Amino acid sequence: MPADNIQLDDNGKLLHFLSIEGLNQSILTEILDTAESFTSVSERNVKKVPILRGKTVANLFFESSTRTRSTFELAEQRLSADILSLNVSTSATTKGESLLDTLQNLEAMQIDMFVIRHRDSGSAYFFAQHVGPGVSVLNAGDGQHEHPSQAMLDMYTIRHYKKDFSQLRVAIVGDILHSRVARSQIHALNLLNTAEVRVIAPRTLLPVNTESLGVQVFEDLDQGLKDADVVIMLRLQKERMRGALLPSEKEYFRLYGLSQDRLNLAKPDAIVMHPGPANRGVEIESSVMDGNQSVILQQVSFGISVRMAVMSMIVGQSGLQTGDES
Amino acid sequence: MSLLIKNGLLIDPVARNTKQSDIYVVQDKISSIGKPPANFNAEQTIDAKGHWVLPGLVDIQARLRDPGQPQKANIASETAAAIKNGITSLCLPPDTQPVIDNSATVELIHHRNATFGHSARVYPIAALTRELGGEQLSNVASLKANGCVAISNATRPLASNLVQRRAMDYAAGEDMLVIIQPIDHDLQGHGCAHEGAIATRLGLPAIPEAAETAALAKDIELVAQTGARTHFGQLSCARSVDMVRRAKAKGLPITADCAIHQLFLTDQDIGNFDSSKLTLPPLRSQYDKAALREGVADGTIDCLCSDHQPHETDAKLRPFPSAEPGISGLDTLLPLALRLVEEELLPLADIIARVSVNPAQIIGLPAGKLEAAELADIAIVDPDAYYVCHGNEFVSQGKNTAFEGWDLKGRVQTTIISGEVVYNDNS
Repeated sequence: MPADNIQLDDNGKLLHFLSIEGLNQSILTEILDTAESFTSVSERNVKKVPILRGKTVANLFFESSTRTRSTFELAEQRLSADILSLNVSTSATTKGESLLDTLQNLEAMQIDMFVIRHRDSGSAYFFAQHVGPGVSVLNAGDGQHEHPSQAMLDMYTIRHYKKDFSQLRVAIVGDILHSRVARSQIHALNLLNTAEVRVIAPRTLLPVNTESLGVQVFEDLDQGLKDADVVIMLRLQKERMRGALLPSEKEYFRLYGLSQDRLNLAKPDAIVMHPGPANRGVEIESSVMDGNQSVILQQVSFGISVRMAVMSMIVGQSGLQTGDES
Repeated sequence: MSLLIKNGLLIDPVARNTKQSDIYVVQDKISSIGKPPANFNAEQTIDAKGHWVLPGLVDIQARLRDPGQPQKANIASETAAAIKNGITSLCLPPDTQPVIDNSATVELIHHRNATFGHSARVYPIAALTRELGGEQLSNVASLKANGCVAISNATRPLASNLVQRRAMDYAAGEDMLVIIQPIDHDLQGHGCAHEGAIATRLGLPAIPEAAETAALAKDIELVAQTGARTHFGQLSCARSVDMVRRAKAKGLPITADCAIHQLFLTDQDIGNFDSSKLTLPPLRSQYDKAALREGVADGTIDCLCSDHQPHETDAKLRPFPSAEPGISGLDTLLPLALRLVEEELLPLADIIARVSVNPAQIIGLPAGKLEAAELADIAIVDPDAYYVCHGNEFVSQGKNTAFEGWDLKGRVQTTIISGEVVYNDNS
């Protein structure tokens, strides 16, 4: 789709990282390959490369976040960037400053890259449209729209364990309606030619025309899990019980919670993923989460390399440079 | 004062025809058409050769933001936009600040229009409930006596169906038109886009059709119960058109309009979160757009309005869900209406009826006709004037168009109100 694809420059290189939709297979593969080359950095004694030396990255989180924000910060540090992290929900905008003023004030401090999370769908596009030339925006989650870096670390995890997407059945289970992670995952899986992408959810947690995203829809967990290679569980927000979307956590777990018995319906070597933070006993049984099919903690460590990869591609020095930061 | 408009093509929305003829205006009225009245001596003559002569347009819903929101617009800026675009009568919804729920505010609006306005007739619509709070009826009869032409709770909710039933009963007793924009506020929630594939893809909080149709079904039942003359505004859904069509067939005293942008835009136009396309009700699907057009063509939808909602730049300079809804529509009402003719939805005189005599009759305004003894509110249009729509060229203070870059056709040359030329295109 987007006719006005502002994520890519004329040569098809990344300028901003806003949504998986609008990117292409070669960019996604490049992100995964680049991330692979960064994995070794994190395993060294001195975990730094000078790719972002002299660059300033501002992390603007208008919504709270623990792991996305900390893995972005670690990625930035390992790339030797100077970092400014602002918890904006408690600062200027609550004093009435407009979003654009906040952004422009920070730009005046010569920020090179913004990592932004905001509650409004489309906010990442909005910011990218309004930053000056040479300044990049990375979407760390915009409303219910996309969370592209999370999806890419999930793709990295899948590729790490399963190699060939074209042979895979991937099932995404849970609150698709409110999930920016699911939207990004669906686009990414389809761009990487996944054989079958399934979503499994009660009807109240499915947006209308979910099929139009390019997925098979299941309302029955057992059917949806059958022969899956990858099972991605989504977090169920507690507030969903209040809006009459679901009767109770107990019933949700009964119908959609991932237990070992149910997981046995998937392929024997299926992996279990979760973008976190997980609710044990609500969408996933503790024993499954800690079980040997779970790769949930690996996802977190891969998150650092993937974010390093995206940022390095944006500054145009893709790949691992020689030499450590001294 | 006497005025001759000669050689123009008269568009008669009552007879539904067009004819080459001359109009003779004496004082504030059309004196005769075709033949001069006895002893006529034109003090002013306008040669309308090659131009269309229409009754001044009537806009059944236009927010002028006055009183209360000068950062968005005011009565001077918006009546200037109106006359530049051939609109001579405007109905003003009650959600001004303060709301139109008392005679003083009505007086204020009349006074401000008389002092700062550009001659366009501004007709306030009274609040159905005090402060639009949804609970206590406003003084309907007094507001009517002060010149309010209808009552409405605009887009605000009523406390209960009981309040609505009683308000409609009371209005029927006072023979006051009730205007309802059907909204179920629970179903609408914080939605900002039509519930469909686009909202799904963009992750935008969605507004289902039932947010309109569930409310409309209840509203129609209350019309049947109370007999209150009711006008439904800003319909957006195919199912709404169908419900209104059936209710009219049963003989209920109802009429309906839709905002003209709904006939041209759909949710797909949101593209990548284009906040200029944020409206309430939201832009709907292709299917809804086609059904609305059908409703306009068969008369189910009696009239078209601008649903004019001028905004300051900052109101739209936000991420889509946080931007303010609405389109600045006065500057595009006529060219879009003419485009419907070009697209062969209806013949010219029938389309013009939907933006002149039809809304005038629904509201009960002395407007919309090109006939002897009628008020001389007239627009003369160059039908061949092409231009590209640019919000920053709007006369309205609100530059927030949804039609930026569109090729439009048809430009007003002269606007006449009460027999006086109030606007002349000097470009």
